[in-house]
Amino acid sequence: MNYLNEMHIKFPGKSVNEAFARSVISAFVLELDPTIAELADIKTAVSEAVTNCIVHGYRREIGMVYIDAKITEDKRVIIKIRDKGIGIEDIKKAMQPLFTTAEEEERAGLGFAVMQSFMDKVKVSSTVGKGTSVTLEKLIVSVR
Amino acid sequence: MIKTDYKNNILTVYLSGEIDHNRAADIRASIDSRINSIRPKRLELDFSKVSFMDSSGIGLIMGRYRAVGLIGGDLKIKNIPENLSRIIELSGVTSLGVLR
Repeated sequence: MNYLNEMHIKFPGKSVNEAFARSVISAFVLELDPTIAELADIKTAVSEAVTNCIVHGYRREIGMVYIDAKITEDKRVIIKIRDKGIGIEDIKKAMQPLFTTAEEEERAGLGFAVMQSFMDKVKVSSTVGKGTSVTLEKLIVSVR
Repeated sequence: MIKTDYKNNILTVYLSGEIDHNRAADIRASIDSRINSIRPKRLELDFSKVSFMDSSGIGLIMGRYRAVGLIGGDLKIKNIPENLSRIIELSGVTSLGVLR
């Protein structure tokens, strides 16, 4: 498949970089002329995925977070966010609304629910001890 | 820095900017220190100046709901901007007892 555009970034999983990741993805999708609502959906989903890498993937250590994003000719944005952290043992359980393993940090357990609700497709793959990869996809309709 | 206001037993906290995992811990600490020193009957979180919020904000709301509940108070969230209403609705916080 031909892509209209693509980009790759990596940054240390420090929580200050959650805002950085949102800014980068906003700038990247701008060429598709998304509505404010579409942009907010994408930023929120990316924020959830990056926060998951930082809070769950790496826990107390700081590892690298990778984002690979593409824009297709039919105006879809595909964003892959991955870490090389601890991985997820039971993906189905992790994706259940309100399930969290970081209750003491007041995590609501809604990260995946938000991603699924705000994006068209969410794909998660994970290997324990190797890391987790989340692929988010959304068609930019930009109808105002 | 968080702007607050206290009158008639109501502690109002004016939140602003982007609420994410990075900022949530500081916001939580400053609200909780006020809750514990003032012990209001009601905590009101004003979202009118919040430009972005992810599920960290939902955790913040639920945590404050519990914190104010421990001293017998209730929580109201108000002036929710249009772009935040979706995540608030998805979270179901109002059906858990948070007033809106």
